[in-house]
Amino acid sequence: MSYATRRKIVSKIAEALCALAVLVALVPLAMILFYVITHGASALNWAFFTHTPRPVGEPGGGMANAIVGTLILIGLAGLFAVPIGMICGIHLAEFSGTKFSSVVRFAADVLNGVPSIVVGIFAYGLVVYPIRRFSAVAGGIALGLLMIPIVVRTTEELLRLVPPGLREGALALGASRSRAVFSVIVPAALPGILTGILVALARVAGETAPLLFTSFNNTYWSTNIMQPMASLTVQVFTYAISPYDDWHRQAWAGAFLLVMIILSLSIAARLAVRRLERMNRP
Amino acid sequence: MRRSSDDRLFRIVTGIFPMLVLLIAVGIAFELSRQSMLSIRKFGFEFWTGRTWDPVAGVFGGLPFIWGTLYSSLLALILSTPIALGIAIFISELSPRFLRQPLGYLTELLAAIPSIVYGLWGVFVLTPIVRKLELFTPDWLKKVPLFSGPPLGVGMGTAAIILSIMVVPFTSSVAREILKNVPSAQREAAYALGATRWEAIKVAIGYGKTGIIGAIMLGLGRALGETMAVTMVIGNAPVISTSLFKPQYTMAAVIANEFTEAADELYLHALIEIGLLLFIITIFVNALSRLLIWSTQQRRTSVFALTAPEEEPVAA
Repeated sequence: MSYATRRKIVSKIAEALCALAVLVALVPLAMILFYVITHGASALNWAFFTHTPRPVGEPGGGMANAIVGTLILIGLAGLFAVPIGMICGIHLAEFSGTKFSSVVRFAADVLNGVPSIVVGIFAYGLVVYPIRRFSAVAGGIALGLLMIPIVVRTTEELLRLVPPGLREGALALGASRSRAVFSVIVPAALPGILTGILVALARVAGETAPLLFTSFNNTYWSTNIMQPMASLTVQVFTYAISPYDDWHRQAWAGAFLLVMIILSLSIAARLAVRRLERMNRP
Repeated sequence: MRRSSDDRLFRIVTGIFPMLVLLIAVGIAFELSRQSMLSIRKFGFEFWTGRTWDPVAGVFGGLPFIWGTLYSSLLALILSTPIALGIAIFISELSPRFLRQPLGYLTELLAAIPSIVYGLWGVFVLTPIVRKLELFTPDWLKKVPLFSGPPLGVGMGTAAIILSIMVVPFTSSVAREILKNVPSAQREAAYALGATRWEAIKVAIGYGKTGIIGAIMLGLGRALGETMAVTMVIGNAPVISTSLFKPQYTMAAVIANEFTEAADELYLHALIEIGLLLFIITIFVNALSRLLIWSTQQRRTSVFALTAPEEEPVAA
């Protein structure tokens, strides 16, 4: 076999291995979605959405309190993280060249990689430890801390996509910098930024570890944010490690609901981005 | 005049918020060290070399957890790196154009699935499969330390498999970004010299080598801190062993399992000290990974400084 043929064969084999890698990664994805849909959909029923958990041994019950709990927790997280993250992103986009901005950018990226359980400990020390009680507020702050770096970076990136002509026009009309930013540039990027926030909310809605010792869990109906609160993720965890078949079924149903929420949020975000791109095209 | 003072006010007021971000980073380090003082004072360096974890006797040694975290992450990287790089190469260099976006979206979907769902799947689907494989392991193979131990299904091997699946999308999406940013002149030069397709790809990989190492380290950072899925399948036994079959424990898992059960201050402080070390390790790995990724992208912008606007790397 000539040297040239051998090189061609090596090339083909390597290309085939790369294609194989894609297939290998798609197998677990397909398996996970398959099991979540088949096990989860069959366990879903009306009671799942309207009832609170029953004691061990009693069949039935649902996760109504956990569904509402998750919504409250991500609402608190958004309230805490969105203003901080957005204004920080605006500052980074406006004063992008300064040393301060690159330090903050670096810090945000590194914070984004801090394990969520560590952020949970931080929220525990900040909120739970001083008042000696698990609370939804602590959980919301833990999730918010995880959201901030994502909101910062998406805000900054989307603001940079705004055509410079808009800023120049506003400044030429005599607007101050803050006026140009808040009345012209931010509104132009707002749909994109909101999409980014949606993605960030979807990500923290799936977090379990930081909630284990902040919002803890609650088998009863509760909307008091100063008290422990149930969440879908912690409830799924509790049920999954229990020895009861009925609880396992409910865990699958909870996982199904979680995956559906996250998938629909991320698909909505993707469609919104595509529409934005089409609108911005000249 | 009014305008310039307006501008300065705007700069200072919005500048408070980036300060908050820095404050969070410092605050985590401060709070975690403050809350682990009892354990740091009592055990000192022995906390990191001790192998006994006995809450009842009040003796805490963290070595089994450190070992479990490092070993499981290393195994996960060995499994995930070839696959993640293969995906990145296929999507950016080989795939037909119409397949690029859907394939990119599908692999990134792996990152969107919550850890708890991986854990649930791991407990009820993957663990039984692994147990079957372990039961069919021939006896001569079981003499190798890597494959010794009881066929439980839960254990280091199962955890490493789940971790590797979870890490793939992070590494592959950054590696893809790096490959996309390699100037096409690099590949064209290779083709002009008579290179095959694979040889041209190797040139592109060589050009983005630093960034790709950064992408792998980003995956490592994720693997080190992953909690729920690992907690549910690793078996949670503080044992130091190279065996893939034996149940072991990780730093994140012990915090998740025992934090709310910690009855006395010392126990709690010992757990938080483990969290502190996990924080330091992941900060270090992530910072290094970011620097590597940024340095590749900076080089690209300097080559094309006249034609391309400066572009920031996409946050993964």
